[in-house]
Amino acid sequence: MEFLISTSIIPEQWDSIIAICIGIAFGFVLESSGFSSSRKMAGVFYGYDFAVLKVFFTAAVVAVIGIYYLDYLGYLDVTKLYIHPTYVWGAIIGGAIMGVGFIAGGFCPGTGLCGVAIGKLDAWVYVLGILIGIFIFSELYTVFEPIYNGYYLGNITLIDSFEWNPYWTIFIFSIIAVVAFVVADMVRKKIKKVFY
Amino acid sequence: MNTKPKKNSHIYWNPYFGGFLLGIIIIFTFLLTGRGLGASGAMKSSVVTIVDKVAPTHAENNAYYSQFVKEDDTPMNTWLVFEALGVLIGAFISGSLSGRIRWRVQHSPKISSRRRLLFALGGGILFGLGAQIARGCTSGAALSGMAVLSSGGFITMLAIFGTAYAFAYFFRKNWI
Repeated sequence: MEFLISTSIIPEQWDSIIAICIGIAFGFVLESSGFSSSRKMAGVFYGYDFAVLKVFFTAAVVAVIGIYYLDYLGYLDVTKLYIHPTYVWGAIIGGAIMGVGFIAGGFCPGTGLCGVAIGKLDAWVYVLGILIGIFIFSELYTVFEPIYNGYYLGNITLIDSFEWNPYWTIFIFSIIAVVAFVVADMVRKKIKKVFY
Repeated sequence: MNTKPKKNSHIYWNPYFGGFLLGIIIIFTFLLTGRGLGASGAMKSSVVTIVDKVAPTHAENNAYYSQFVKEDDTPMNTWLVFEALGVLIGAFISGSLSGRIRWRVQHSPKISSRRRLLFALGGGILFGLGAQIARGCTSGAALSGMAVLSSGGFITMLAIFGTAYAFAYFFRKNWI
């Protein structure tokens, strides 16, 4: 939107086409990794399938290393990227509500769309539920507004919050991910297999 | 003569391979657009569009919808809506290649389809509500947030997974 696209390297008209192409790649990878199956997704919470943990954290680690490496090489300026804003209680309360929704429904919005695409009726109902949930939020906006707009700390990163060195942060984050993968494999061997 | 062995449609990619490619897509998205991916954004646009069509004055007076209603354009003309369309297409292509496309309700043999659908609906409602409060879902807030080390992204991720683990016990009958 404001990046390569508007810096006249790629004309603005291509915006929507690029959005569709990125979406296709995103959907293809999610579906191929098994994220159109709610029972596979839920496995991460019962220890019989850790695909969610592995895909999610591998993606986060690869992305953060890549972005900071491109920044280091000068192809990208991290400070100019859109940093998801931090509304402390919004993130905690919203995240907690999403967590319950996740374990009850077995999907998140992106994976729900994948389920919709391959004909899972539970995913269709799930996405309908999301629309209803958004409708409820909007209608009761005045009730949620204090959490939605309050406790705002800005578009901050862990680097700003704790004054950590970004490279060490990323290094330790990667180590945590690898340890989590090893532990996940150890746990999975102990858990009774679930077929789905 | 059909000698081709039947493919097991439940064989998925190695998760590290899928995760690696997803990471590359996120880097590419940030490089091209300066922002990350998203999934719930398109659904918000859909709700805004429906409400704006059914009750335009109500949408105008509501402090939330009115932020997204545009004078001369539909709220559907946003980057995230096109991206979500792409997700549907991409998932459909992947599903077709692996023979996973058919109408079905997937659930544990211990529960009925009806129970599965009710829980899916309830889970969806909660996720939709939570994604608005946290300004993004697992893709937009947690994953894209973590990719740029956003503090909010990490908090959202911990809250989602922490709560899901905490509540997993109560929903165990649905899954195992």
